[in-house]
Amino acid sequence: MFETILAHVDDIVAVTLFVIGFLTLLLHKNMIKKIIGLNIMDTAIFLFLTVQGYITGRKAPILASGEAAAKAEDYINPVPSGLVLTGIVVSVSVTALLLSLTIRMYGKYKSLNIDHILMLVEKEDEG
Amino acid sequence: MLCMISAISAPVLPGKIARKVTLGVFAAVFAMSVTLLGFTCGTDESFVYFMGHFPAPWGNEIRAGSLEAVMAIFVSFIGIFALLGGLEAVLKDVEEKKINLYCVLLDLIMSSLLAMIYTNDLFTAYVFIEINTIASCGLIMIRQNGRNMVTAVRYMVVSLLGSGLFLIGVVMTYSITGHLLMSNIKESVAGLVSSGGYNVALTVVIGLMTVGIAIKSGLYPFHLWIPDAYGYSNVTSSAVLSSIVSKGYIFLLIKIYFRVFGFETVVSTHVLNVVFFFGIVGIIMGSVMAIRERNVRKIIAYSSVAQIGYIYMGIGLGTVAGMVAAVFHILAHGATKSLLFIASADLTERAGATRLDELDCLGRKYRFAALTFSVGALSITGFPLLAGFISKILFTSASIGVGYKMYFAIFALAVSTVLNAVYFLRMVAKLYSTYPEKGGAEVKTQDNVETEKEARAVPAECAEAEGSGDQDVPATRAADNNARWLHRIHYIAILALVAANFYLGLRSKVIVEILEKGFSLFD
Repeated sequence: MFETILAHVDDIVAVTLFVIGFLTLLLHKNMIKKIIGLNIMDTAIFLFLTVQGYITGRKAPILASGEAAAKAEDYINPVPSGLVLTGIVVSVSVTALLLSLTIRMYGKYKSLNIDHILMLVEKEDEG
Repeated sequence: MLCMISAISAPVLPGKIARKVTLGVFAAVFAMSVTLLGFTCGTDESFVYFMGHFPAPWGNEIRAGSLEAVMAIFVSFIGIFALLGGLEAVLKDVEEKKINLYCVLLDLIMSSLLAMIYTNDLFTAYVFIEINTIASCGLIMIRQNGRNMVTAVRYMVVSLLGSGLFLIGVVMTYSITGHLLMSNIKESVAGLVSSGGYNVALTVVIGLMTVGIAIKSGLYPFHLWIPDAYGYSNVTSSAVLSSIVSKGYIFLLIKIYFRVFGFETVVSTHVLNVVFFFGIVGIIMGSVMAIRERNVRKIIAYSSVAQIGYIYMGIGLGTVAGMVAAVFHILAHGATKSLLFIASADLTERAGATRLDELDCLGRKYRFAALTFSVGALSITGFPLLAGFISKILFTSASIGVGYKMYFAIFALAVSTVLNAVYFLRMVAKLYSTYPEKGGAEVKTQDNVETEKEARAVPAECAEAEGSGDQDVPATRAADNNARWLHRIHYIAILALVAANFYLGLRSKVIVEILEKGFSLFD
């Protein structure tokens, strides 16, 4: 059992980070902390993805100049890293969107606390 | 592809031209999808197109069969008429120079939906899911008041969890099978299933993807963002979001079930039982919560929750007939729900009747809006001649003989029809009432004199409001022509959606046959 954990320690760390990030996203009231939680969650997924490509004993798939032509057996799997790049782009866009929402809400309600904002909104609706 | 081009060019164009370009693009997509459907039905096979002329696995692939063509037709049709129908409201809510940005959002949603329908690659599907999420968040936020911003935040939080889970599912699939292209994954999965070693992993992956997409489309425990998002946002946004965006995700899930894992594998992992269960709970809870609700648009939004429950129940039945029923309900619900939202635009925006009690006797004043709203309401309840009836028949016939699920399904169908009737027909009855109920759910007055005066005053109100609502033209001359033209577009859009409802109701046999053939081509 212990060997299984040791063999998969990267995956376990990734999932733990994912849960931490998601709970932060869901449970904190401060908008900035929510966005940080979102980023932790996404980073955890990227970690999970990147370790899928690692093969022990091989090097990064970059061809230094002057070297001999590449043989596929010398390098780790480059595909997951490519997928992570796409994921990072998505994560950045979503963070930008949430940050702009936060700026709008702050400008209107002068608060970063989402419960407080909700209370102000409902008061506005009744009035 | 066409939609991407228009999405990129829309910010540069001034407002009016952007609108026309968007509409033109939607119409072009519609026309192309119709030709595609004709082609695939005629030749009875699906074809695969290599993007960039590189064969897989170096290049990407899209795949088109008759089922995808039907979905694309549906998506572009609803897109055109939701935009046209809500045009008045959009022009009022969005500033003139920002209209092209709104069109960007719509273009992005359309392009991502089409990509999700046609793609043959799992990671591309993820990318377009994210594009879709971001663009729909923009659609919710388009009205810049506080309530919408809070709703948008809530939507994003829930949606991102769904995307995250889906991405983990994709990653695990990649690490198990080593492929991202759906056909290749299917071969590997077939190999894995027969070797028998990976059953737990496959169950986990299917479960993750299912839960991820279920969160994003609003299955029961994850539906809390729906009433706020559909209820408070702009009319076109609500129509587009509820009709086609959530359905795009569900269609992607069906596609993944068939193309990535193979239907028998999915059935054997019992994930479908969980989906079925939550579908049924969603149906009943959605209807129950709609009955308690007082805001008109929120009632329609809660009924969306129930309808998505229907679709998931159909998927959860575990037979191809159930899937056909689910896809037909996707089409029917799309037509009906956008009709409801746009017809309610007249009632909620112009008459200002957002709460249920204010709906009284509006039927005489706003005849057209009330009539079309009633058509939509009847369709969801399941009246014959309309689309809802056919989907209920399909669900019932699909659920017969599936074993113990049959009892739950038929029970849920029967109970929910009654519940739907309660809240929708209540609205229709209120619309056409001649005078409002005295003292409904409101405050009790202390004086008897006051109550009598109120009761006498209000019928008088109803009588004098007759016949003037539909021809409400604004005062100034300059805005006259423009407003009248917008009015006419609004009416044409509503009529088109009504016609779609009737078409689905009366000529459904053709469509069902196309769907069944499409499913057989689906692998």
